[in-house]
Formats: sequence, C-alpha cells, structure tokens
Amino acid sequence: MTATMSPPQSHASSLTTGKMPSWVPVAICVLSIVVGVVGVYSIGGFKWGWMAIVAAHLYLLLVTIASRVIEDRRQATDRAMRTVMTIAFTTVTIPLISVFWKVIAEGASRFDRKFFTGSMRITPEDMLAQMEGAQVGGALHAMAGTLIITAIAGIISVPLGLLTAIYLVEYGKGKLASAVTRMVDVMTGIPSIVAGLFAYALFELFLGPGTRSGLSGGVALSLLMTPVVVRSSEEMIRLVPNELREASLALGVAKWRTILKVVLPTAVAGILTGITLAIARVIGETAPLLVTAGVAQDINLNPFSGRMTTLPVFSYYEYVQPGVPPETGIARAWGAAMMLVMIVAVLFTAARIMSHALKPKGLK
Amino acid sequence: MPAQTADTTHSEVTSVEPVISVKNLNIYYDKFLAVRDVTMEIAPRSITALIGPSGCGKSTFLRSLNRMHEVIPKARVDGQVFLNGEGTYGPGVDPVTVRRRVGMVFQRPNPFPTMSIYENVVAGMRLNANRMSKAEADEVVERSLVGANLWDEVKDRLDNPGSGLSGGQQQRLCIARAIAVEPEVLLMDEPCSALDPISTMAIEALMEQLKDRFAIVIVTHNMQQAARVSERTAFFNIDGPGQPGHIVEMDLTENIFSNPREKATSDYVTGRFG
Amino acid sequence: MSQPVVQEKTKKAPTSVPDRLFTRLSQASAVTILVLLSGVAFFLSVVGWSGIFGDVEGMSGSDTFLEYVGPLVFGTVYAATLALVIATPLAFAVALFISHYAPRRLAQTLGYVVDLLAAIPSVVFGIWGITVVAPLLSRNVYPWANDNLSFIPFFSGTASTSGRTMLTTGIVLAMMILPIITAISREVFLQTPRLHEEASLALGATKWEMIRQAVIPYGRSGVISGAMLGLGRALGETMAVAIILSPSDGYFWSILTNQNSNTIASNIALKFPEAYGLDVNRLIATGLVLFLLSFGVNMLARRVANSGFSGAAG
Repeated sequence: MTATMSPPQSHASSLTTGKMPSWVPVAICVLSIVVGVVGVYSIGGFKWGWMAIVAAHLYLLLVTIASRVIEDRRQATDRAMRTVMTIAFTTVTIPLISVFWKVIAEGASRFDRKFFTGSMRITPEDMLAQMEGAQVGGALHAMAGTLIITAIAGIISVPLGLLTAIYLVEYGKGKLASAVTRMVDVMTGIPSIVAGLFAYALFELFLGPGTRSGLSGGVALSLLMTPVVVRSSEEMIRLVPNELREASLALGVAKWRTILKVVLPTAVAGILTGITLAIARVIGETAPLLVTAGVAQDINLNPFSGRMTTLPVFSYYEYVQPGVPPETGIARAWGAAMMLVMIVAVLFTAARIMSHALKPKGLK
Repeated sequence: MPAQTADTTHSEVTSVEPVISVKNLNIYYDKFLAVRDVTMEIAPRSITALIGPSGCGKSTFLRSLNRMHEVIPKARVDGQVFLNGEGTYGPGVDPVTVRRRVGMVFQRPNPFPTMSIYENVVAGMRLNANRMSKAEADEVVERSLVGANLWDEVKDRLDNPGSGLSGGQQQRLCIARAIAVEPEVLLMDEPCSALDPISTMAIEALMEQLKDRFAIVIVTHNMQQAARVSERTAFFNIDGPGQPGHIVEMDLTENIFSNPREKATSDYVTGRFG
Repeated sequence: MSQPVVQEKTKKAPTSVPDRLFTRLSQASAVTILVLLSGVAFFLSVVGWSGIFGDVEGMSGSDTFLEYVGPLVFGTVYAATLALVIATPLAFAVALFISHYAPRRLAQTLGYVVDLLAAIPSVVFGIWGITVVAPLLSRNVYPWANDNLSFIPFFSGTASTSGRTMLTTGIVLAMMILPIITAISREVFLQTPRLHEEASLALGATKWEMIRQAVIPYGRSGVISGAMLGLGRALGETMAVAIILSPSDGYFWSILTNQNSNTIASNIALKFPEAYGLDVNRLIATGLVLFLLSFGVNMLARRVANSGFSGAAG
C-alpha cells in the first residue's frame, strides 16, 4: 500500500501563471479582419462572405496559438471553444436577419390598399395596366381563405385536442391512455403533405375524385394542429397542483365540474398559449392546401365547395407562375410573404407575452 | 466586536505558516453583503470546523476559499485570502488555478454519473496532466481510493458506474476524486448531512487520517460532529434576517464547547437557539 | 365467536349524468385520435393501392412503382441527411452558446429569436432561398468548388448558374430544422444538474472542460433525439424544396448541378395540381411511403430519447 505522497504538482507555479492581457484578443481580431479583407480582395474582389470566413478562421487560429503561448494548453482549448461557439451563433443569425430583411424590403412594395382589398379577379383594363408596370391585384381572397380554413381547423382541433388532453391527465390510466399518447407523438411527426393527402383521400372516397374545398383543407390542417394542442394543453393541465383538485373534490364538487371550474381556469393561460402557437404553426402551411383547397382567383367564402386560396398558397403560385410581366407577380408573392411573416411574428410574440403575463400566481 | 484570532498557546500554529490566511474578507452578492469582515488562519494538517445556525454564511464563506461562490453571478469579495502566501483574489488570478489547489467535497455526493469509479477518481487528474500512462493512472486511483478508505470495497469493480454505490461510498468516492489531485486544502461542505450514521462515522474516521496530509475545513450543522473531529472551531452567527453573517468566535474546539468567551457562542452550543 | 370480517367491495360513488357524459366525451376524443391516425394509414393505403399495383400503362411514364419511387426516396433521404449534417453541429454550438456562454439576460432573447425562426412558413424560406441563397452560392461558391474539388463525386458535373442545387436546398433545409434541434438541445443543457457542474468546477476545470465532463454526457441523448426529430421534419419538408430544387428523373449524387433527384414531398406538390386518374393514386402511394419513412424515424427518436438517460439517472 502506497503511503508515500508523490510530490505535489507544480505548486510552486504561482496562481497568476499566464493571463492573456485583454488587448491581445482585440488586436488579433483586428489583424484577422485586415488580413481577411486584403487577402480576399486581392484574389477575387469584394467578396464579403469569403472575407468573413477567412477572418473568422484566422482569428480562431491566432487566438488559440496566442493563448497556448501566453497561458497554457487548457486555457487555449477553453478559449478556442468559446470562439467556436460565438462564431457558430453569429453564423446562424446572418440567415435569420437576411430572411427578415429580404421579406420586408421586397414585401413593402405591395403594402398598398389594393393589395388588402382586392382579389386576383383582374379586369382587362387592369391587365393592360399591369403590362405597363402598375401594381394590380390583391390578396383579399387569400386572406379570407386563410381565415376560414384556419378557423375550420381550429374548430375541429381545439375541442378535440383539449378533451383528449383532459382525458390523458384526468382520466386515462390504462392501455388506452398510453396508446393515445404514443399516437399523439406520431401525429406530431406527420409530414404536412401527407396530412393533405389524407384529407384528399378521405373526401375522394366519399365525394369522388378531384374534390377541392376549404373544408378539406381545414381537415388537413386540423391533423397538424391537434397534436400541438394536445401536447401543450396536457402539459399545462398537469402543472395544476393536485391540491387544488383535492380541495374541490373534498367540498363535494363533482369531477367534471372540478375540471371545468377549477383545473381549466388555472391552466387557461398555458392552454391559450398552446393554441396560439398551434395556429401559428398551421397558418403558414402550403403543401396540404395545394392538394386539398387548391388555388382560386376569386374570393370564395363557401368552405364546402370550390377552391379556396390561402396566403401561403397565393404567395407560392404568384412566385412560380407570375404571369406577364413577372415583376408584378413576384411583388405580390413577396407582399403575401411579408403579411404571413408579420402574422406569424405577432402570434408568436403574443404567445410569449401571454405565457409570461397571465401566469397565475403560485404556479411555476 | 473584532473577530477573534487564534489562541496560540497550545497549538502548532505558532511555528508554522498558515496554509490559508483570511484578512477582512467581506462577501457580496451584487449589493447584498452576505458575510462581513472575516479574519482567520487555517493551519496545515489540521481540521477546522465552521459551525453556526442556518443562513449565517458559513457555506458562503467556505466557498469563497476556493472561489466557488463565483458561480453565482454578480458575486464578489472585498478583502484578501492567501493560499500559502499567495493572494487568491489578486488581479490576474484565474479561479481555475485556485480550485486546482483547494479541493471541495459537497453536501450531496456528486460522482459523475456517466463515468466509472475509476474514471471518476482520475477526472481531476485528467484535467491537469498532459498525458498519464495507464500505470500512472492506476497508481493514482489506488492511492486515492486507499486514502479515502474505499479501495477494499471497490477494487474489483473499478469499471462499474460511480452512481451505483451507496450514499456513503459515493461520498468517499468524491473524497478520493478530490484528493487525487493532491490539493493543499480540502473543503467539506456538510459532507455527512445526506448520509446515515454509519457512513457518517466512516467519513469522520477518514477525516482523522486525511488530516495528516491536508488541511481540512468543514462546515457542519452537527455540533457533536464538530466537537468530535476538529481541533479548532469557528462560530458564525447572524444578527437577523437580511443581516450579514460574521464570525463571533474562533478558538480551540474544546474551548468553544466548554468555555466559550461570547454569550452567543455558549447559547448556541448549549442549544438555546439554532 | 367473532364473525369473520367480510370485505365488502367498495361501491363506486354514484355519478351524475353530466359527470358520466363528460367522461365519455373526453374518452371519445382520445379514441378519435387513435381512429384518425389509423385512418391516415388506412386511407392512404386504400387510395394509393391502385397507384402501386394498378395498370402501369395508365400512368404517365411507364415505370413500375418501385422504379418511380426509388429516386424519390433517394432524393428525400439525401436532402434530409445533408440538412442534418449541416444543422446538427451548428445547433449544438448555438444551444451551448445560449445555455452556457451568453450573458443571462441576452440568453432569453436569443432563445426567443431562434425559436421565431421555427415559426417562419416554409414557403417564405423557399422564396428567400431561391432569391438570396441560390444566386449568392452560385456566384461565389459553386464555380470555385467545381473548379477545385471536382474530383470528389459530390462536386462533379457542371456547376449550376441558377443555384438551384441540392446543396442550396440542403442549406436552406438546415436553416429550417436548426431551431428544433437547438430548442431541444438547449432544454437538455439547461437541465444539467448544478451539482455535477459544480463538481467539475471544484476540481479546477475550465468552462469548456466542465461542459465536456458534466453537460455533454448528460445532454447527449437529448441532442440525438432532437437531431432525429429534425431529420423527420426535413424528410417531410415540401415547399422549400419545391421552389428551390431543380428536379430531374434519376439518381444524382452531385450537389452542385441543376440535375437532382427530387424529394417525395416536393414531387407531390409539383405534380398533384395537374395530375389526374391513376397518376393521382400513384402520388398518394408515394405519400404513404413518406409517411412510413418519417414514422420510422420518429419512433427511433423516441426510443433514443427514452433509453438514453441512463447517464442522468445518478
């Protein structure tokens, strides 16, 4: 048995061995940028992307070497990793900013009254005007379609999802519950186009091939929306402390009343948030609607028959089939895209705010 | 009242440099003063106990000795701490280097769950050494597990996961991990509070042995434990909620428990409050 | 003589009509979910049947179903894998950045911003991809890669000038699945027990070393399961691919050219509006294949997520 102590490791090294002075990373950063810019410019001109890539790699290399020399190997690794994380994060923000920037820059050109109040039922005079470059046509029919179809999806999936969530938390204990939970998991993974095909197939079996309707689109979207509602509602209902339920039951209140009057109101903020997020998810769906509701030029307010356009489908078709001249079609596509992004951003932010603001006191 | 410094009449402190020396240390969390004006010395190869009611800052103070309190954002100190003569809060001192020389054992045993017993012991060594041959690593593992009184129990199952041991064994594993890197001081933050009495006895016996190699500072809620294991004891107290904790008295353990100078101390050790 | 104690079966308390009604209602909803899902598989199979086994002559082109769907499956997996390979390391790094490197206050905003990326509709990504990313890459990257790296099969062929390549598609898809992988990874990293992080730090570990010792082992299976969910999402992504990718018939490995195998979803989106007769059935059959594919991937993801937390059981 070894009782001897091996000599302590370099305890003689003072606590202040090697600390990189704070100006060094800054200097290296500047150096890297200069080299990157000059180097890339002399080879191929003003290629910002390449310059950034070269500068970033150079910085990483140099700062790691410097740290290795001034500090020690472990600090060098730590610093290198920190740099890698920061570069990765910055890299990801660039496309994000680019998307928003592009959408707003291009979409702003159609931020006009005609866009919001007209459909694509264009008169011959408008056609001629379009040839001259005027902006004609609007997205009103698409907005109406989005509203109607999303509403149908909501009417189906909110009660269905909420009741299922209630079942899973309050009632389900056996095989049915575990099967349902697994199925909900599977549902979250259904590709959106498959949901559309299902709705199409369903309606085809009962109403014949080639059926297009807003209702069909709504059914497809509800397939995508329901699992989101179930999951988030379930989570929120589970968070309601058991003590509340027990207090109510101990007062002699029936279970169903307890759920309706005690549990749900406590969880309502979270449930609303979940529903808002579910709406945000389906409102931008294109693929399932291509195969169900199709595309139309007119405003169609009847969900039971006829094609109905939604904003994302409108945007898609205006982009890939812009007509003549293409610029006006493309402008409409961007306008619809911008509208979509704004709606989604508003819904998303509203959900966030709701979840913070409406949190009942005493619940995490 | 100024903090009490060591009573040097009987102890070894007279002729030996303290391994840790604290001067007028104040610990802040952002603007809140958590611990006020501590001055004390820790002798090498001794056991010092920090006792006091909950919330009086003894754990905070302990953590400031290896700069672990800094994991909480906006924590800072005023004053000085010296490790073998070198200031641990000096400009340009990286907490990482301090922690390599001052080890810590926590209240709840925390072996790394994804590592085996063997890997747990060498975890700290692997961070420090560039390359360790298998023979060197084996030697360190055996030495540390022997030192932690755990070797005989686990020597045939070093590859089993660290989390598969009992609570007392896990804590000894954490001690083995801490001493494997040969720190100068070992800090123990209520190491037995999550353990059963038998395991507690085992750890206390272990501390007696470890005292020959390391200075140990232990925070404990259990006064009897402090009386059993330590040579010197510091009594921390707090004047009221929201007030900073501070040292009331520090002396040889037997004095603190049988003949304390301060009334607050005697009230605490006789169980009138706490 | 004492009477033997008889245990009476406790009678259930009488429930009122509304109570029973409500119970039945919620039960019925749960059952509906089951029915719906089996319905999907059922209906797709029924209607898609004639697409698989029907008279080949009745459809455009004269391939068997296998010949038809083969390249599509290839394209689907290819694009999704490419997206996964690009997105996962980035998501890992971003999640670590947000959970452990960014200043506290910033971290919440950053999380929100990355999550917002997930909410952007795919058609917007598609149009952005083809108007911004494709030209950017085709001017700056593709010629260079084609000139210098064409010995590698991925970079062979004639570089596209429009940028409507598999690589562009893969990059845009990566942007789309990045948020979900990041969100799940971030969750898991944030849940690393404080105790283990402190154990590492107390041994004198640097921040990166602590992450390697305590955070990554704990979060490993979470990241993997997040990546698989991202893969599932990428497999089913339709619009971005439909807009960006320039499709051709057959199996194509090069990611720089205009000739690419299409994905199942994109193929359906492009052909369905104009299809009629048995062609429709065949498209639906490919949809069934896609459903099964993503179903398999999702099951795998759940399996990994549930089994993987052995490390965290400590």
